[in-house]
Amino acid sequence: MTPLLSVQGITKRYGAHIGCADVSFDLYPGEVMGIVGESGSGKSTLLNCMAGHLTPDAGQVVFDTRTDGRRDTITMSEPERRMLGRTDWAFVHQHARDGLRMGVSAGGNVGERLMAVGERHYGDIRDKATDWLGRVEIDASRVDDRPTTFSGGMQQRLQIARNLVTGPRLVFMDEPTGGLDVSVQARLLDLLRGLVRDLGLSAIIVTHDLAVVRLLADRLMVMKSGRVVEAGLTDQVLDDPQHAYSQLLVSSVLQV
Amino acid sequence: MTEYNFAYLDEQTKRMIRRAILKGLTIPGYQVPFASREMPMPYGWGTGGVQVSAAVLTPKDTFKVIDQGADDTTNAVSIRTFFQRTAGVATTTATSDATVIQTRHRIPEEPLHEGQILVYQVPIPEPLRFLEPRESETRKMHSLEEYGLMHVKLYEDISRHGHIATSYAYPVKVEGRYVMDPSPIPKFDNPKLGDMAAIQLFGAGREQRIYALPPYTQVVSLDFEDHPFEASKADHPCGMCGATDSYLDELIIDDLGGRMFVCSDTDYCEARQAAGHKGKDAA
Amino acid sequence: MYVAVKGGERAIENAHAWLAEERRGNTDIAELSIAQIREQLSLAVNRVMAEGSLYDPDLAALAIKQARGDLIEAIFLMRAYRTTLPRFGASEPVDTGIMACDRRISATFKDLPGGQVLGPTFDYTHRLLDFKLAADGEVPKAPSRDAETGNVPHVTEFLNREGLIEEAPHDDTPPPDLTREPLEMPSPRALRLQALTRADEGFTLGLAYSTQRGYGRNHAFVGELRIGSVPVEMDIPELGFAVEIGEVILTECETVNQFTGSKTEPPQFTRGYGLVFGQTERKAISMALVDRALRWEELGEDNVGAPAQDAEFVLYHADNIQATGFLEHIKLPHYVDFQSELELVRKLRREAGAQQVQEAAE
Ligand SMILES: Nc1ncnc2c1ncn2[C@@H]1O[C@H](COP(=O)(O)OP(=O)(O)O)[C@@H](O)[C@H]1O
Ligand SMILES: [Mg+2]
Ligand SMILES: [Zn+2]
Repeated sequence: MTPLLSVQGITKRYGAHIGCADVSFDLYPGEVMGIVGESGSGKSTLLNCMAGHLTPDAGQVVFDTRTDGRRDTITMSEPERRMLGRTDWAFVHQHARDGLRMGVSAGGNVGERLMAVGERHYGDIRDKATDWLGRVEIDASRVDDRPTTFSGGMQQRLQIARNLVTGPRLVFMDEPTGGLDVSVQARLLDLLRGLVRDLGLSAIIVTHDLAVVRLLADRLMVMKSGRVVEAGLTDQVLDDPQHAYSQLLVSSVLQV
Repeated sequence: MTEYNFAYLDEQTKRMIRRAILKGLTIPGYQVPFASREMPMPYGWGTGGVQVSAAVLTPKDTFKVIDQGADDTTNAVSIRTFFQRTAGVATTTATSDATVIQTRHRIPEEPLHEGQILVYQVPIPEPLRFLEPRESETRKMHSLEEYGLMHVKLYEDISRHGHIATSYAYPVKVEGRYVMDPSPIPKFDNPKLGDMAAIQLFGAGREQRIYALPPYTQVVSLDFEDHPFEASKADHPCGMCGATDSYLDELIIDDLGGRMFVCSDTDYCEARQAAGHKGKDAA
Repeated sequence: MYVAVKGGERAIENAHAWLAEERRGNTDIAELSIAQIREQLSLAVNRVMAEGSLYDPDLAALAIKQARGDLIEAIFLMRAYRTTLPRFGASEPVDTGIMACDRRISATFKDLPGGQVLGPTFDYTHRLLDFKLAADGEVPKAPSRDAETGNVPHVTEFLNREGLIEEAPHDDTPPPDLTREPLEMPSPRALRLQALTRADEGFTLGLAYSTQRGYGRNHAFVGELRIGSVPVEMDIPELGFAVEIGEVILTECETVNQFTGSKTEPPQFTRGYGLVFGQTERKAISMALVDRALRWEELGEDNVGAPAQDAEFVLYHADNIQATGFLEHIKLPHYVDFQSELELVRKLRREAGAQQVQEAAE
């Protein structure tokens, strides 16, 4: 099977400081990869390099595109990359505000990607938006309300709906449950697990919360100081961590 | 004003503006930056249109200026006088006799013909400006053809008001490529933009942009399939000439709220009256 | 029966005649001469030259007279005149190091070679209305001494010698000219400085003040402020060397600002720069602060979202001729756009009304 995404030697420096260094892995269709590590370990830097938000200093991010097969997204033109960003890729930000248009109704937020790829039937767009609000457990009656009137958990679910409405083939998520209350987190995780399973999503999820990857990820990479120190199947890494840092990470969670 | 060059601007500047116009004509709907000059009239009062007119006028031209459709509004008078003085060109109020027509906010009712040039005064050339204030960002959106946001605005209108709530400066897509602001003409005029026999030139002085529509260009007003664009106007005949197909001004005629509607295009209305048409308010 | 309003042309002529009469005012009062304005309202003349981008005190005085003292209108007259002038070429860069200073102060050093010269400043006047002026404005001669001659070194040069302030490397690239090229972003510093030196004094002052109050703070000291005349030289191709063609009075402000530095680079003060035609020190200081705030990116500072850091915001809104034209154009008729809005609002209200009636019936 061809990997959906092949990451090769991604390195990003901030001046003399290392953001992430020499990261490589493959992601296969339908697979969820978790990236864990303490705050500052380079997870977001890596994710943003893969999603085209940051330009890495070295490395390749090869994506299996629908039309032209495997392409390095770092060297492709900006229009092509931005096109991927609104069709095959989706990006869920840690802070819903960064991923939503706060001045636009919930329906408009979900409909934007549909309109961006050329849908021009108001009724259809609205129906799809309403359907997606239902799937993320937001009442259809809220379709004309702005996200400013939503709770944090609802905003995050709205962001997810807005991202998934065009059926992306790869979803990047940066701490999707960060910044939410514990009970709200649990509900969101449940929802995400359902969506991942039902839609057969391929995803890369960055988190410092091992509970999130335990529930969602097939495979895991542990990062420390910008480098991957351990990688493997989620259960293997969590139940039998090999690297000293992974052991520390796992045990610190167990203590909580 | 003999100390000034023909049509006020020096030849160097006119050549620069003509280059921008030609570039605009080859990329219909694309906003070409140009080094707008300071004119002896204020920015926002037609300096872009005046510079474009100055660059295209020749001594043989016949010039017409309208503001709000009328030849005798003060700013139209002022601009016409300016070119009479600086270019000595013949002027007219008859749409069909003019070779160059400078306009603010209207397209004449009478269809234009080949060989004519319609010059629009444009205050804000950027159709995305009120969705995205940054010029650097809107230029990128145009170059990458990222126009989803424009439809989000129309979507929001319908979800809130039941209709697209844009009644003038209604955005259009040109030849399936650039989204363009047609200047603040009422949307009633939008259908005239497309497939027009005349050349249409748009000048924004303060914002330093020129754009253009060559003759017979495809121009489509943005809409949704199930909320199609509608060119609307007040649902009355003209009180003076009885026309039912022209855009109307609403006048308040007494302090009891009495109103009447007359053609905003004064030349059109007068020509109809001269031909014997009569509205209910005519003498 | 309705008769359309006509006679725009006559109305305009009459308005112009009335305006001229109002400008003259009561004819029992003596008329102002251009020389009086030039000599006695010289700071207004300076502002009009600076923002009008044309150094000609007599023309500026004429513009002020014609504009009835409305300085923005006067600036507009200068600008509109300026664009019609042929361009013979560009002068050599002026050397402010040989300025014949009327005023020169430093807030960073108590004394310095060349000395501090207060010059004709309002700074330490008590702002009490001087009723004597109302009756008789004649004044005794002020004490004088011979002007210093020769170089007046810049304060920042002393700092530079120790490496304490960022270098301002010599650069011979001809600066861009926003009166000849459309303003496009991102803009190099030379272009920003040109925009700022023409910018509205009030707008620049407000932005500079906002940086002092924390919206993009950059800890400015007036390293040096100098006002005086400098020779203007032009290269004459036929001669093969530059000749002096005149003198202009300039105000130059160099600020010494918060330092930058990192583990690899030792800390250094940074610079802001203001240079304006005439005696215009409020403007020159404001310009230096705004210039410095706009440099956040090249100095590796954070964008804190302050208005003064936002080049696109500052440069697109600093020009008072652009601003006042667009602002005032809303006085022009907008019957057509307003009519279309009117129709739309009526339609939406009709529909909303119908819906309410229907809901009430249900
Ligand atoms: N814009 C930036 N400029 C400089 N350093 C940065 C920047 N963003 C992140 N870093 C640094 O890079 C490292 C990795 O950060 P990040 O990728 O945000 O980590 P994580 O997402 O794992 O918390 C950290 O040391 C962080 O301080
Ligand atoms: Mg992070
Ligand atoms: Zn009529």
